[in-house]
Amino acid sequence: MAKFQAADFLNFDRLLSEEEILVRETVRDWVDARILPVIQEHYENGTFPMHLIPEMGELGLLGANLHGYGAAGLNNVAYGLAMQELERGDSGIRSFASVQGALVMYPILTYGSEKQRKRYLPKLAGGEWIGCYGLTEPDFGSNPGGMRTTAVDDGDSYVLNGTKMWITNGSIADVAVVWAKLDGTVNGFLVEKGTPGFETTLIQHKLSLRASVTSELIFNDCRIPKENRLPEAKGLKYPLSCLTQARYSIAWGAIGSGMACYDEALQYAKSRVQFDRPIAGYQLTQEKLVKMLTEITKMQFMTLQLGRLKDKGLAKYYQVSMAKQNNVYQALEIARTARDILGANGIVGDYQAMRHAANLESVKTYEGTHDIHTLIVGENITGISAFTPERRSS
Amino acid sequence: MKIVVCMKQVPDTETKVRIGPDGKTIDPTDVNYVVNPYDEYAVEEALKIKEEKGDGEVTILTLGPDRAIKAIRTALAMGADKAIHLKTDDKYLDSYAVAAALAHELKDMEYDLILTGKQAVDDDAAQIGARLGALLDIPCATVVTKLTIEDSTFTANREVEGGVEIVEGSLPAVITAQKGLNEPRYASLKGIMMAKRKPLEEKEPQLDEEKLEILKMEYPPERKGGRIVGKGPEAVPELVRLLHEEAKVI
Repeated sequence: MAKFQAADFLNFDRLLSEEEILVRETVRDWVDARILPVIQEHYENGTFPMHLIPEMGELGLLGANLHGYGAAGLNNVAYGLAMQELERGDSGIRSFASVQGALVMYPILTYGSEKQRKRYLPKLAGGEWIGCYGLTEPDFGSNPGGMRTTAVDDGDSYVLNGTKMWITNGSIADVAVVWAKLDGTVNGFLVEKGTPGFETTLIQHKLSLRASVTSELIFNDCRIPKENRLPEAKGLKYPLSCLTQARYSIAWGAIGSGMACYDEALQYAKSRVQFDRPIAGYQLTQEKLVKMLTEITKMQFMTLQLGRLKDKGLAKYYQVSMAKQNNVYQALEIARTARDILGANGIVGDYQAMRHAANLESVKTYEGTHDIHTLIVGENITGISAFTPERRSS
Repeated sequence: MKIVVCMKQVPDTETKVRIGPDGKTIDPTDVNYVVNPYDEYAVEEALKIKEEKGDGEVTILTLGPDRAIKAIRTALAMGADKAIHLKTDDKYLDSYAVAAALAHELKDMEYDLILTGKQAVDDDAAQIGARLGALLDIPCATVVTKLTIEDSTFTANREVEGGVEIVEGSLPAVITAQKGLNEPRYASLKGIMMAKRKPLEEKEPQLDEEKLEILKMEYPPERKGGRIVGKGPEAVPELVRLLHEEAKVI
């Protein structure tokens, strides 16, 4: 496979700063050297490349857009470009970074106490510790406000009971950010690995995101110190605000998987000869390639603008929803089309397209399903919520 | 310990270079420029020595046009402390002129060690290290795969035909880096953000007259198509003869 050639049809790079380009090139080189050679084997074996976590920490990929406590302090565009490159490697790798940064470090930084920040953030930024985020439950996915997990105030501690499902990094996490109802209000709690009453089970037999750990978290009279509650997060809008951060990184990540598939399909189409001509010379193939490139180009500019708004503090959750929904949908279409262009070769692991396509099926569903994001934008433009009364977007 | 790394920006080895309209220069359009890979080993070695000694300063010295700033920032992002950019227009300078300009600058600098790549992968001249040693009248060890620094001496393993030569010399000295010297680190994302705040001095170089002039550049000859020698076992002796005598591969 020839080296990756990034699509840039409309001189996207001209809108980037020198640092933003350097961040992207650095992560791109790292992904080429460290992820691509090993990812297929991890995907087949259903394992996460654990040995790369310290390197991700050293590079500054974890919580890269956060400031202080060991985080790299990138702007949101540079951070997005880094996430794009990680997902060009594999959605599972980007998912790891999204969870660690947007769902674990972000709430600790934003809603945590100074003591919590000092205890957790440097270790999480450096990749010494791994975090996970427990919001979704077996019976409450799109409707997290219905959660059944509870926290009960008991003297010096809180006692947690309940189950969280589909938790990325669950079984490998040193600390879990867990959302539970305390006197009927959603609150965030930090539960460390090994706390009695806290167990995890690995979800097996996934056909998607295989190079990513997904688990169930079980809390059975799990007693944690009072100081482990996030003091500034009372209410459902706080966990949802974390999701907005993660969805932003997904919007960029999807561009990466789309670019990987487009590049693979283009290179393949130019070298694969049928009826004495490269298949890239046939109208049907060209139409597919042009459609792929057009969608990538649209994604790049929409997401860049979102990043610039975010840096000014102006990005709205419904704008993030549009980008997450559109980009993942289009990336999935691109991955499927790439697989189609690759013909029979597209179904084997020597090529990436089918792995990306399978991954993106999960990405389309997690962090707010495609349909939920449609309804978030729909609510914004019509002023009428299509959710049940208890589900309010933040 | 004060270390200066002489570093050049070169076209990415993945780039397909085209000859410019004057027939003497590379057309810079769409060329992606990177740090010369051998100079990356030099930067890494300088950073490692600084880290091992616990103190010191690593200065990047680059001669080149405006675009070379990208390579300089990369080295600063990897961890170099400061940089001097001797700014030129994009005109070709021969190895003599480049080495002389660097030496003029180095004469005004304090250094214990000068590191650079064994060659730049664009012109492959492999002259800068040796010329700097001569112009500054200090020892120079080239094509180094292992380097140990003592208080006022260095020991270097040099790659020579069929083996390794171990040399020792006094500091200050010029060392040129070969692949295998180390594994260059990635610039950290935090380092990239900090690079812009590191001191970067832009200067006019003192340029001496060149001693070489490029007359023209040519592409390598196009590869010719294959030739079928014959068919079946009876063609084998002729094929073997041609591979031995003409292609000289067996």
